Amino acid sequence: MSFILTAILVLGLTGLVLGLVLYVVSRKFKVEVDPRVGQIAELLPGANCGGCGFPGCAAFAEACVKSESMDGLKCSACKSEVMQQIAAITGHAVEVGVEKVAVVRCAGSCANRPSLRVYDGAPSCAAAALMNGGATGCFFGCLGCGDCVKACKFEAIKMDPETGLPVVDQDKCTACGACVKACPRMIIELRNKNKLDRRVYVSCVNKDKGPVAKKACEVGCIGCGKCVKACPFEAITLENNLAYIDFEKCRLCRKCVDECPQHTILAVNFPPKKEAAPAEPEVQEPQVEAPVQAPETSVEQKTAE
Amino acid sequence: MNTFKIGGVHPEPNKLTADRKIETLALPTQAVFPLSQHIGAPAVPCVQKGDTVRVGTRIAEPGGFMSASIHSSVSGQVAKIDSVIDASGLRKPAIFIDVEGDEWEPSIDRSDKLVLQCNRSRDEIIECIKNAGIVGMGGACFPTHVKLCPPKECTIDTLIINAVECEPYLTADHRLMLEHPDEIIIGIKIILKVLGIDRAVIGVESNKPDAISLLQSKTSMVSGIEVMPLKMKYPQGGEKQLIEAVTGRQVPPPPALPANVGCVVQNVGTVFAIYEAVMKNKPLFERIVTVTGKGLKNPCNLKVRMGTPVSQLIEYAGGMPEGTGKLISGGPMMGRPLLDETAPVVKGTSGVLMIPEADAIRREERNCIRCAKCVQACPMGLEPYLLATASERSDWECAEENWIMSCIECGCCQSTCPSRRPLLDWVRLAKNRVGGIIRARNAKK
Repeated sequence: MSFILTAILVLGLTGLVLGLVLYVVSRKFKVEVDPRVGQIAELLPGANCGGCGFPGCAAFAEACVKSESMDGLKCSACKSEVMQQIAAITGHAVEVGVEKVAVVRCAGSCANRPSLRVYDGAPSCAAAALMNGGATGCFFGCLGCGDCVKACKFEAIKMDPETGLPVVDQDKCTACGACVKACPRMIIELRNKNKLDRRVYVSCVNKDKGPVAKKACEVGCIGCGKCVKACPFEAITLENNLAYIDFEKCRLCRKCVDECPQHTILAVNFPPKKEAAPAEPEVQEPQVEAPVQAPETSVEQKTAE
Repeated sequence: MNTFKIGGVHPEPNKLTADRKIETLALPTQAVFPLSQHIGAPAVPCVQKGDTVRVGTRIAEPGGFMSASIHSSVSGQVAKIDSVIDASGLRKPAIFIDVEGDEWEPSIDRSDKLVLQCNRSRDEIIECIKNAGIVGMGGACFPTHVKLCPPKECTIDTLIINAVECEPYLTADHRLMLEHPDEIIIGIKIILKVLGIDRAVIGVESNKPDAISLLQSKTSMVSGIEVMPLKMKYPQGGEKQLIEAVTGRQVPPPPALPANVGCVVQNVGTVFAIYEAVMKNKPLFERIVTVTGKGLKNPCNLKVRMGTPVSQLIEYAGGMPEGTGKLISGGPMMGRPLLDETAPVVKGTSGVLMIPEADAIRREERNCIRCAKCVQACPMGLEPYLLATASERSDWECAEENWIMSCIECGCCQSTCPSRRPLLDWVRLAKNRVGGIIRARNAKK
């Protein structure tokens, strides 16, 4: 019997001593963690997308607590309410920014932009862009290997097998900018998520001269400048044979859309013309944008309708 | 016979044009000169629209130390300075010249007479090479004057002449050796003078016995120049592989240079261009291009003026054969696909290759089966499967740790992979990214 008692005694004593050591050490070397960091981290999406500029959500939460104001701190994946909740925890005021969404500025689908060659190398846009100019006559447009799809942490981009172009799900898109960085052709841009998700943009990044661009793609921007003249708000600029609509200045009047001879300028989520009932917005140019969902009502916008 | 020790593959040689004499191609109607034909900064145009130029007139100046000038290969008027789609399918600025007649700069010696005596000093020769816009003609297009000025702390003892031409199909260097051996030997003597050494080795693969015996008979009376036949293995023409094959020395990983092991390597084409520049005052505006392919009617070796559209070369060789799947600038291993037939011949165009569709198709990619054939084939001793996977996952750190910058992009791994993985494509991507990261890091320091 005694050996059992000895064993219990020895083990028990060892456990007791070690437990004491652990207790003392944990007290002595305790790392003070601000409880607010944990609270903020819980509010964040936890996708570690890097859209805020910090290496992961935990680092962002820490930065929020340490920083003296919320200037420059913005989780691009969070809605404005979440940012306000974070601000409430840290006790700083937060400016409600304009919500943005990723927009694919290429409409060169298989029908609009015929394939001239076959690319059969590594399935990556970056590798394809390094190798050559892609399979079509357009050396600026979408390569179609889906680097943006792989980059998206929120499953907001999918390739449309029919057009061969990426499609952004505007409800899932958090505008973290991962796809913008992933695209070697710099086609994807973060644009303002206007009232009712309405957007007007030039769906092309081709900087070639008119005839070359037109030959390469049926809906490519030819740099004719008609839209620049048509715009009453000076929102459109023409540089390197390519029109660009400044989304801060654009008032969504859609005059440029009617004027564009190439149908390059797209207006999405607008109701069909002549019908003045904006109750159920519909996609006017369905080939690029995702199917319309119920629009965000909380979005604060300055746009005039 | 010597060869390099690790890795290498044996692709089919397919030297269809080995016995075709060099023919001269007619002048184009318009010549196009991309400003970036070499490694380093693009050249800066020094002519304007409407200027009249002659054959050999300098039309663009070097844009920095690591750069090369560009000379007109035709006489006529500068039509415009605009962008052109180059061989890689990217838009690059270029000078367009409309051809009128064939009037040469009077300073160029156009006779066939061999000039034996070189009275210029070392610095004069280097200046002359720099002014002639000479770059490595093997395909990498490294400015030659930079290569001939090795860092001062390195002692050079051997000049190696790269006459290996291990790339299948290509025979431009082979023909050059057969038709201009004397010029090449004088060129070697010029380089030896510049480097201040007295030993040169011409490395030739054993599949060119005629060139070996011809050069051996020509060099038997010349002291210091040796012809070394090498066992056939791809990529023997790689600078580091050739140094190992010839001298047994191994070049350490980057940033070490061949000069660190006492060697300078020059391609035979470059040697010939140096001869012409120094002795005949002729800048680099012509080169020999092998136009070849299995279905081609008249595969040939052509002496082509730079700026000639590739389509003209193909036409001369009997037109593009039906069912051509791929058009390649260079050889099948390291060449780049040509997206556009109208792309001009540039300093680095060693060949134009047409591959039938059946041979061109890449079969479906399968998963890596860890057979390590790529590891065995890699002449640099790298692990291509690992580098490709790191690249696929955008793990640039892992790629850098595993020596991706040592990769010479020879394509042995990809050609040997039983799962048909596009290893080289991935490695090229990672090499590009890691190179950018390293440059950014160095710039910060």
